Amino acid sequence: MIRLEHLTKIYSTGGTELRALDDVSLEIERGEFLAIMGQSGSGKSTMMNIIGMLDRPTSGTYLLSDQDVSQLDDQARARLRGSAFGFVFQSYSLLPRLSALEQVELPLIYQRTADRRRRAAEALVRVGLADRIRHGPTELSGGQQQRVAIARSLVVNPLVLLADEPTGALDTATGHEIMELLSDLVEHQGLTVILVTHEQEVADYANRTIRMRDGHITEDSGTAPRPGSVPAEDDAVAPIEDMEQATA
Amino acid sequence: MSVLDALRIAIRAIISNRLRSALTLLGLIIGVSSVIALIAVGQGTQKGITEQIQGLGLNLIFVEPSVDAAAGGGGGGALNVLSYGDSQAILANNDPEITDVAAHLQGNGQAIAGTKDVAAEVVFTWSNYAGVVDVEVANGVFIAPAHDEQAQLVAVLGADMADALFDESDPIGQEMRISFFSGQVTIPFTVIGVMAHVGQDGANVVNRQVFVGATGLANRFRQFFYTPDGDIRVTGIAIQTVDNADTERIKTQVEELLLLRHGDAEPRFTVESQDELLEAAGDVARTLSILLGSVAGISLLVGGIGVMNIMLVSVTERTREIGIRRAVGATARDIILQFVTEALALSVIGGVAGIAIGVGVSLLVDGQSFGEEQLTTVIQAWSIFAAFGVAAGIGFLSGIYPAWRATVVDPIAALRNE
Repeated sequence: MIRLEHLTKIYSTGGTELRALDDVSLEIERGEFLAIMGQSGSGKSTMMNIIGMLDRPTSGTYLLSDQDVSQLDDQARARLRGSAFGFVFQSYSLLPRLSALEQVELPLIYQRTADRRRRAAEALVRVGLADRIRHGPTELSGGQQQRVAIARSLVVNPLVLLADEPTGALDTATGHEIMELLSDLVEHQGLTVILVTHEQEVADYANRTIRMRDGHITEDSGTAPRPGSVPAEDDAVAPIEDMEQATA
Repeated sequence: MSVLDALRIAIRAIISNRLRSALTLLGLIIGVSSVIALIAVGQGTQKGITEQIQGLGLNLIFVEPSVDAAAGGGGGGALNVLSYGDSQAILANNDPEITDVAAHLQGNGQAIAGTKDVAAEVVFTWSNYAGVVDVEVANGVFIAPAHDEQAQLVAVLGADMADALFDESDPIGQEMRISFFSGQVTIPFTVIGVMAHVGQDGANVVNRQVFVGATGLANRFRQFFYTPDGDIRVTGIAIQTVDNADTERIKTQVEELLLLRHGDAEPRFTVESQDELLEAAGDVARTLSILLGSVAGISLLVGGIGVMNIMLVSVTERTREIGIRRAVGATARDIILQFVTEALALSVIGGVAGIAIGVGVSLLVDGQSFGEEQLTTVIQAWSIFAAFGVAAGIGFLSGIYPAWRATVVDPIAALRNE
């Protein structure tokens, strides 16, 4: 579903070049739970940002459901980012003052989706926050805030959920709860999750682990599907067709 | 993102930053309301002056002491320039285009009746004044030839003056006094008439004047009213001409005649037609309007800069919010829409509140007296539209740059910026 071919990302600052990604190729299938590990500076966050279309590669090809998306303009990238990807960050990334329901509605505002309230409420139910719908960020615990962020990423029915150190700001027990939730989404709801972490304990939840160093993939455990994982229904192409119609 | 969503987000942001929004709005409100109120004051002043000059009648030429002569030394200043004899000489010239000439002396005093005591502009004049200058008597009579001949001490009150001195009771036949020179001289008069109210808004000074018979007064205070040559001092001569008269010719002849009588090389007086006076007064009022409008316009501009400033601060403070919105699918256009809408919403709220306050203040001060001056305001529809338009325009423009700044925020960096 995701195919990265010879991706290179170079940051140039003041005459010095930093190769954050150096000729990286990677294939990710639907329903995978992939953990990307590596030290800071290894290129793992850069890779996630490129996959999530927050950043563009310097060279190489990025195929999403067989479509080359590395050359799209800002508007198309934003549309695709909003519909195909859900993001979960280390620090929850919730907006101040909005209730849990409004946080989850946010992506739908930019998708101009009907029925926003109901869909947002459903997403909150999926992450076990049915009773916290009206609460603002300050009234929620760290674990609950991260669940809101997960609900926000799920509400658009994304192809891929991208999680950047999702347990980094949580205590161990809560971190495990969040990882259980993500595993459950992969196993029972056919979601694809790409996780960036430097903790082995967190990476153990994934069914495939790659290790990165200096912009290269140094190790790939390969796919080892967990028993009971549900094969995906093939609706993966739909958002891209929508996008193409929109940008045509 | 739909415009409605953008508006909802904008209103929310404005409400969440209550104090900041209120202060930003204050700048705009002051700007918009002062544009409306100050232009209304300027226009009101212009209208008052114009009405006053037009109210004197048509086809008039005025002779008055020049500003230099009035300010100059020699004791008495303006009092030593013109005389009743001058007015009689102009009349005696038998110019076929001159129908009548009237003279008057204008001064300040305190009008007193019973316990009432009000500052008054006193016009000492003769019965033919009414034939030259438009005066409409609502009650009683104006100074008549008989009053002149018998040198009677009679007074005709402006409409507002009559109200101030006698309230509801009929002033005709009543006694009143006018004191001059800070109370050193107090003279009793009999009220013989009350003038009709002039103008709609009380701006006209005629409503607060007192006309008194000049001969009666001059005979009792010769040392003050008479020149050493035995002539009566005046401060103004009004010449009435026929319709379509050659105003320039008459002006030149009057000027030559008076120069000859005074034996001066340079005139110490001015001869001006009504049109010239109107034009000059209009110029002054226009300058006033432009001046007031500019001051108000600058404050509006400052208010607009306040909006821009706040929006820039807002964008800087909300980098993280922008990053999150970008991550969940907001396009650059969505971000621009959000910030421009917020700036516009602020400006429109400020504009509407400013209009309400500007119109309110204009209506409130209309007809109010400040010292001896009565303020008149005329609200101009165009000033409302202009002030609102400028406010909204400034709001839009001050939203664009910060909004653009918001779109160049790198979502990755913004999200790390915790």
